[in-house]
Amino acid sequence: MSSTAVELSERRLGQFGDKYFAGRPQQVLLRNWISFKSSAWIAVVSGFLEPVLYLLSFGYGVGALVGNISTTTGQVSYAAFIAPGLLASSAMNGALLDSTWNVFFKLNESRLYNAMLATSLGPLDVALGEIAWALMRGGAYATAFTIIMSALGLITTWWGILAIPAAIIVAFGFASFGMAITSYMKSHHQMNFFYIFLLPMFLFSGAFYPLTVFPGWGQAIIKALPLRQGIELVTRAMAGEFSVHLLVNVTYFLVMICVGLFFTTKRLNALFMK
Amino acid sequence: MTKSLIHARGLTKTYGDFVAVDGIDFDVAKGESFGFLGPNGAGKSTTMRIIGATSVRTSGTLTILGKDPEVNGPQIRAHLGVVPQQDNLDVELTVSENIFIYGRYFGLSSSFINKKIPELLEFAQLEEKKDTKVQALSGGMKRRLTIARSLVSEPDILMLDEPTTGLDPQARHILWDRLFRLKEQGVTLLITTHYMDEAEQLCDRLIVMDKGKIMAENSPAQLIKDYSTKEVLEVRFGSDKNHEMVEILRPLAERIEVLPDRILLYAEDGEHLLEQIAAKGIHPNTSLVRRSSLEDVFLRLTGRSLVE
Amino acid sequence: MSTINIRKVSRFGTLHVAEARIRNMAKWAGIIFFAAVINPTLYLVSIGIGVGSLIDANKGVDGVSYLTFLAPALLASAAIQGSSDEVIFPTMAGFKWERTFFGMRSTPITARQISLGLFIAAMVRTSVSVVIYWIALYYFGALESSTAWLAMPAALFAGAAMAAVMLALAGKIEKEDFFFTIVGRFIMIPMFLFSGTFYPLSQMPIFLQFFGWLSPLWHATEIGRYLTYDYPVSGPALFMHFFVLSAMIFIGLTASFRIFAARLEK
Repeated sequence: MSSTAVELSERRLGQFGDKYFAGRPQQVLLRNWISFKSSAWIAVVSGFLEPVLYLLSFGYGVGALVGNISTTTGQVSYAAFIAPGLLASSAMNGALLDSTWNVFFKLNESRLYNAMLATSLGPLDVALGEIAWALMRGGAYATAFTIIMSALGLITTWWGILAIPAAIIVAFGFASFGMAITSYMKSHHQMNFFYIFLLPMFLFSGAFYPLTVFPGWGQAIIKALPLRQGIELVTRAMAGEFSVHLLVNVTYFLVMICVGLFFTTKRLNALFMK
Repeated sequence: MTKSLIHARGLTKTYGDFVAVDGIDFDVAKGESFGFLGPNGAGKSTTMRIIGATSVRTSGTLTILGKDPEVNGPQIRAHLGVVPQQDNLDVELTVSENIFIYGRYFGLSSSFINKKIPELLEFAQLEEKKDTKVQALSGGMKRRLTIARSLVSEPDILMLDEPTTGLDPQARHILWDRLFRLKEQGVTLLITTHYMDEAEQLCDRLIVMDKGKIMAENSPAQLIKDYSTKEVLEVRFGSDKNHEMVEILRPLAERIEVLPDRILLYAEDGEHLLEQIAAKGIHPNTSLVRRSSLEDVFLRLTGRSLVE
Repeated sequence: MSTINIRKVSRFGTLHVAEARIRNMAKWAGIIFFAAVINPTLYLVSIGIGVGSLIDANKGVDGVSYLTFLAPALLASAAIQGSSDEVIFPTMAGFKWERTFFGMRSTPITARQISLGLFIAAMVRTSVSVVIYWIALYYFGALESSTAWLAMPAALFAGAAMAAVMLALAGKIEKEDFFFTIVGRFIMIPMFLFSGTFYPLSQMPIFLQFFGWLSPLWHATEIGRYLTYDYPVSGPALFMHFFVLSAMIFIGLTASFRIFAARLEK
């Protein structure tokens, strides 16, 4: 005999955060998996293509015009130079798509979260489930991209595998931060406004050329932006460069993750408990 | 100790200066079908959300199955089936996937839910649509699916917020029939509506709300008896003349209400009243005698129509 | 007595549709203007100057600065992006989201006039964007020859070709589920990246060059480069570029007339 909904919910009484958390974020993941299987796979799978196309076009096409790039670790091909940046950018884009537009739609248009929170689920289940899904997607993109990099001979040491966990940390940071911001957005316009900042961040974060082309003050601003931090994180991890700098990059993302999760749960709770 | 399933005293909800629910008292017994009747903005949906533990009351006491929603939100929600005013089905999934995942949100086992799905599909008359994406369903089907979905956890209380708003007459009757069956099975129903016919069809007992307050509480039949006459005569003289006729007609009826397009005359015998009017040499363009409804009760209580 | 002159409506129906669209766009004028100025500036600074500094320091391209090489391609690309958006979204809105086309159809306006009106409105907006973009290019010093202003009509030509094809395609779509994803990821981005935009098409493997030949962006870029600096294009090649773009406009519009009529006049 299965347990009833009431028995199940009473089991959690007195446990951690029993008002906000039912201990079932995996059901939110399951929901996304069912949706993915039936149709959303086109969108998800094709999302992986974008950085690969950039890598091929820029890495080899523009690369032939640019020649080699000198970095702190010596001369590298242009394709090898831009690959970590593209990986970090695609981790950002994938995580943000899931945590912004998709979340906005479920929050305000299909009202899916209303349905979820009318059951015995809590807001933290929803936040964790959605972010975990964004991470799995980011992780899958990162893995596929890493395989392509290695097939193209752009990975020369075993440290290259660290590209995957590094990209997942980047995706986690952007996913929880993106979801927190989205939960405060009220209209499509505000969402578009948010996206206006992404293109310059992508174009100026030094994925395509060394930051040294910019003056000192410009470099300082760029280095404070999350995408630049993500690019440095992936580049350093792949080079096996375990320095204080890497620690700073990781800490930057840990802070983003915690702040994002805190505000997402707080806001969802306020939205659904008004 | 009260035996009521839902027990509210002085229930109040304010948003800043706006008082949405203004100190209301009510009790709902097990197996009862209880209605909230009132126009848009009367505070019905807010009351429902507070009961559904998705809104926190400002003051007053409220217990649902003996529990306080402020303390035991998730535990109370596990007892409830919620059918919101706007459907919030998962548009990316099929009909049966919607029921399945909703059950999983409650933590129910897959085997339990899978056994339940055919039964719920039959109840909602959606067996043939089980693999159809929700987007492709008609309004009535979506509504029935929302109800079927809310039953997957075998709730003790089913809460329906404006269940038939926006549906065509045929779809409404199918839905009423389904809700009637649930009532027969002993499910406690909580219904908000601004349709008096719906309240008369479905509710054993109801409260009439306006501007956050309870105006009256009783069974539909008793409310009509208390606040209206047996019959109503509706007459029209054309929009220009309605007003001047009112003073002539006023002494003839027990009570008179003037609406923008017609005059309502309240009497025990409508036909007799019509004859009296004709005897005075007054001939309205159109006339209609009907039985009093909750619409008339509302008009009496608030001086306004339910649907404006 | 009817106050509507039916003859007049049927003659100017297209313009009425275009006017309605342009009035609608005027509400977003601020955003459209902002995008028209900001996007090119960002790309010019980032890719033109950033990547350009690497290329110019190496061996350069076509004997001109990278910015000069890139300018006509970015101009045509902006025209294509703007004109596509401006036909796709109103078409989806007209048939599905707001069903405004069905409202228009209950007046004397025909399906053909609706599709042509949309196309004209898109061209008006694209012209504005192209002029703004061109001025930006001029101030960045990306334009060298005295015929450089002709890059504007060349870009507009590409925008028209793409808009005509997209108009037909968007008219065909009844369920938009993944339409935007597919258009973005399988058409717009590959076209942007593989049309000889950032480096000469001849640098790509021959089987990839084939995609370039199908791309309105490549044809317009070739014309644009020919006009903005001493980029050699043979007479027959130039004719071919014009021919392909014209054919796309003709086929796209003809198809869209049929598709709109089939959906609105069935």
